[in-house]
Amino acid sequence: MNGAIEVEGVTKRFGGTLALSEVSFSVGQGEVLALLGPNGAGKTTLIRVLTTLLAADRGRARVAGLDVRKDARAIRSLIGLAGQYATVDELLTGRENLELIGLLYHLDKAVYRRRAQDALERMSLTGAGDHLVKTYSGGMRRRLDLAASLIGRPPVLFLDEPTTGLDPRTRNDLWQLIEELVAEGTTVLLTTQYMEEAEHLARAVVVLDAGRIAAQGTADELKDQLGGDVLEVRVARRADLEKAVSLVAGLTGAPPRLEADLNRVTVPVRGGPRVLIAAGRALDDAGVELEDLGIRRPSLDDVFLTLTGHPASPSAPATPGDDAGRAAHSPEAGQ
Amino acid sequence: MTDLAIRPPRAEAVPLTLRLAVRDIGGITRRNLLRIIRTPQLLFMSIVQPTIILLLFRYVLGGAIHVPGLDYVDYVVPGIFLEAVLIGGMTTALALAQDLQAGIVDRFRSLPMARPAFLAGRTLADVCRSVLALAFLIGLGMAVGFRFHNSVGACLVGVAVIIAFGYAMSWVYAAIGLAVKDPQTAQMASILPMFVLFFASSALVPVSTMPGWLQPFARNQPATVTINAVRALFEGGPVYHDLWLSALWCAGIFVVFLAISLNLYRKATA
Repeated sequence: MNGAIEVEGVTKRFGGTLALSEVSFSVGQGEVLALLGPNGAGKTTLIRVLTTLLAADRGRARVAGLDVRKDARAIRSLIGLAGQYATVDELLTGRENLELIGLLYHLDKAVYRRRAQDALERMSLTGAGDHLVKTYSGGMRRRLDLAASLIGRPPVLFLDEPTTGLDPRTRNDLWQLIEELVAEGTTVLLTTQYMEEAEHLARAVVVLDAGRIAAQGTADELKDQLGGDVLEVRVARRADLEKAVSLVAGLTGAPPRLEADLNRVTVPVRGGPRVLIAAGRALDDAGVELEDLGIRRPSLDDVFLTLTGHPASPSAPATPGDDAGRAAHSPEAGQ
Repeated sequence: MTDLAIRPPRAEAVPLTLRLAVRDIGGITRRNLLRIIRTPQLLFMSIVQPTIILLLFRYVLGGAIHVPGLDYVDYVVPGIFLEAVLIGGMTTALALAQDLQAGIVDRFRSLPMARPAFLAGRTLADVCRSVLALAFLIGLGMAVGFRFHNSVGACLVGVAVIIAFGYAMSWVYAAIGLAVKDPQTAQMASILPMFVLFFASSALVPVSTMPGWLQPFARNQPATVTINAVRALFEGGPVYHDLWLSALWCAGIFVVFLAISLNLYRKATA
């Protein structure tokens, strides 16, 4: 037990709602762990417990070897927090924001001024450093937010949905920055709603569902539980849906998931192109007119359906490979 | 670049000294002052309201109000000064609720800074804004006929009493902002103490003209004793009784609401 983050049986209740239930995991020094789950799964609550903002009802948590309850203030000088709920001041310039945070980390003036400058350069914000943050784009704000969390050079970094609401290019820039930090030895715990993000950044993934850990392992292990890829069939006529469901079921042996409002049937598959061709042939033979047919990577919805038996976010349509579209459905703030 | 490299975890945090806490307060106060300077429209609005009340009671209603021993303009203007610092306090509640909602409070609470510094820096910056508003209103008051009739020293003490009252009250507004959490509700909720303290006081008319059931409250509440003390300091007359009561009220309000605000801040969630 000498991980950078250790969580043991953490439970938190808000009134009648169980926000976290017996959550346990650990993250080794210099590793990245992704907390994957939909809105309301308890991701932010867990981050708040680990960053000493909220006391858990039960359980123990240690960050950088220190107890979040007893050594809260000591932990605060060893962590950085960035993301949707920790933010920067709109009416200050980027530099003023960073220097204020540096001062509050109790760094010497010369040190925090130099680090603010370094951080602005690193986040490609040098030109905008002396502009008010309210003139920044969404991507620039996130980069500044990340920069702010680095001013204290924390060995442990908490990133709460660092890329929610960003366009794909900005998101990729941010991913690269996070990867660089990890390469330098930072331990990172990040939350995300996107399987793709978890897979890209983290070796270890914890899937949270309604405050409980639904699964944990590497991204590959989670995908294996899913059975590889997902076959997606969209029919042109609603009347053909039933037929499509039974054909697909017969082909794969797994129970397909039906989204009647979208005329869509999805099912986890192994074997890629061969299944695709077989499905196409079978559906065509049966006279089912197709709008779309394809194999895609599992989405969070697929992981959820398989692991928990219910969709991750009933309201959000699963649109694979369209992160900008998905991001548009994700509320950026609130709770 | 290399400066951002990782340092090994330390077992102990740098101990929080008074010097560091004062430095934290300075940093937060500076941040809030920058915000005040960069939203001149808010500063303007906090001056407009007392200006309207002042002109209303000087020129529209004042002619019908007679108070024994004083010109009405000399009677009412010190009360308006007090109203100005109460109005200023509303922005404390609003600003804290905004910081809470925006996630600024989360960020600061996750830092090793002295936690009370966040609130102390807020209230100090708001007092600076009140002083600006007060300076403007003193000028306006003089322009419409208000005069200081006491010694310079007494008048300066009077101004200091208003500022002290404003500072104590800013902790009430801080508690309101942290308790209601929503900027709009914060604004509405802070009108209430302003109304009760200002209108049911000796600010506009002598308490003796109020109905009997209201008089015990109106005579002893903090705004009345403070206004009476300030009026006596500006215009002459017996001071000490009201000044002591005002000091006791301000100290009591400060201590109680400081404790309430710190407790709310410790548990703050957006």
